[in-house]
Amino acid sequence: MAEVNTGGGEQKKGKPKKMSLRVDFTPMVDMNMLLITFFMFATSLAKPQTMDITMPVKDEKVKEEERSKVADDKAITLILGEKNTIYYYLGKPPKYSEALNSVKVATYGSAEDKNSLRYLLLSRNRVNVEKIAKLRDLKNRKKLTQVMYDEEVKKIKNDKNGQVVIIKPLDESVYKNMVDALDEMQICAIGTYAIVEPTDADKWFVKNIQTKGAFSKDYDLTGGDAPATK
Amino acid sequence: MSKIKAKKHSTFIDMTAMSDVTVLLLTFFMLTANFIPKEPVQVITPDSVSEIKIPDGNVMTVLISKDGRVFLNLDRPADKLKTLESIGKQYGLSFTDAQKASFVTQPNIGMPVGLLSKFLDMRMEEQDKVIKDYGLPMDSTNNQFKNWVMHATAANKDLTICIKADGETAYPKVKDVMNILQDLKLNRYSLITKLKPMPAGV
Repeated sequence: MAEVNTGGGEQKKGKPKKMSLRVDFTPMVDMNMLLITFFMFATSLAKPQTMDITMPVKDEKVKEEERSKVADDKAITLILGEKNTIYYYLGKPPKYSEALNSVKVATYGSAEDKNSLRYLLLSRNRVNVEKIAKLRDLKNRKKLTQVMYDEEVKKIKNDKNGQVVIIKPLDESVYKNMVDALDEMQICAIGTYAIVEPTDADKWFVKNIQTKGAFSKDYDLTGGDAPATK
Repeated sequence: MSKIKAKKHSTFIDMTAMSDVTVLLLTFFMLTANFIPKEPVQVITPDSVSEIKIPDGNVMTVLISKDGRVFLNLDRPADKLKTLESIGKQYGLSFTDAQKASFVTQPNIGMPVGLLSKFLDMRMEEQDKVIKDYGLPMDSTNNQFKNWVMHATAANKDLTICIKADGETAYPKVKDVMNILQDLKLNRYSLITKLKPMPAGV
């Protein structure tokens, strides 16, 4: 409460006016607190995070064969299905007759769950993951700056012998599935990945697993031995 | 009986300093205020470990609601005006100054072009109620979304495109948006996500 002196007061005849006003500032502080709270909630001090993705240039002239080929032990294809299930196969698309064994199911769980995508990717990418974990440890102990850390991580991820993941989201999946799959790429330190349209063969594989092999029996394409390339 | 000394203290705390500090804090918050743009629909973005922050300016947000409606948001009023004029030229419409002012005040672009004039004549509260039932058309015969994006990127070359979609949005809708952006040769964009910590044991 501060003291405000009205300048002497007006000198009227017969009325001695010399009052000192004492203004209590407590409500003023209350009002200010309320305004601050309002502005804190109405404005965004916390900016949302983003995840950068770069899609390949859509060029019909690039034929399937000219796209870079990947070794079988380095490639995984993920097919994102409905209700948060992931179907995957390693390497080239399996033949229709072997599809029931080669195409497996994974979940979005944590690394302890042996059925989870993360467990699969971590076990395939063990070397790079450990390198990056070491780098992160160095960064936390302030032995590396953010810039150097980013450079080293980029070098490890661009490793030509690293894992390549092809993500094919089906129409039954939701946006969250795609974001989670891209997230797994970042968690498991996979540098090369692509989001591609699922082929008819992929949809066949998924239907096959969902009907527990009923498809294989009834829907036999080219005798069952030709590889699924369509 | 113990003698209870009733001490009468006069508690006159001088609040001037306190109000000084609060006025300073208030000024700080007022000046650094970027109000969260009013969104027609609530969108819950999925989580991600990515720690890259959204860029400060020159951002075009594509908001995809759970049922697949698409809304655009440009953060610069100058860009919005230029885009509006280009769209007007393309579809043969002209807008009065009042409509243009209303367009710039309304943060979201989400009405089909045919209904746009009538929409801009409405008051703000009514606009908010109506816009969430519409959204930009995206079908191949009437791809207004593509035209809006094309004019917006022509108006501002440094635009960063951010996609803010609900986690439960069906993937085909997001795929359509990404395909349209790829057709316009816009291949780099950011997906807005919530932060989740890096899981243990990795």
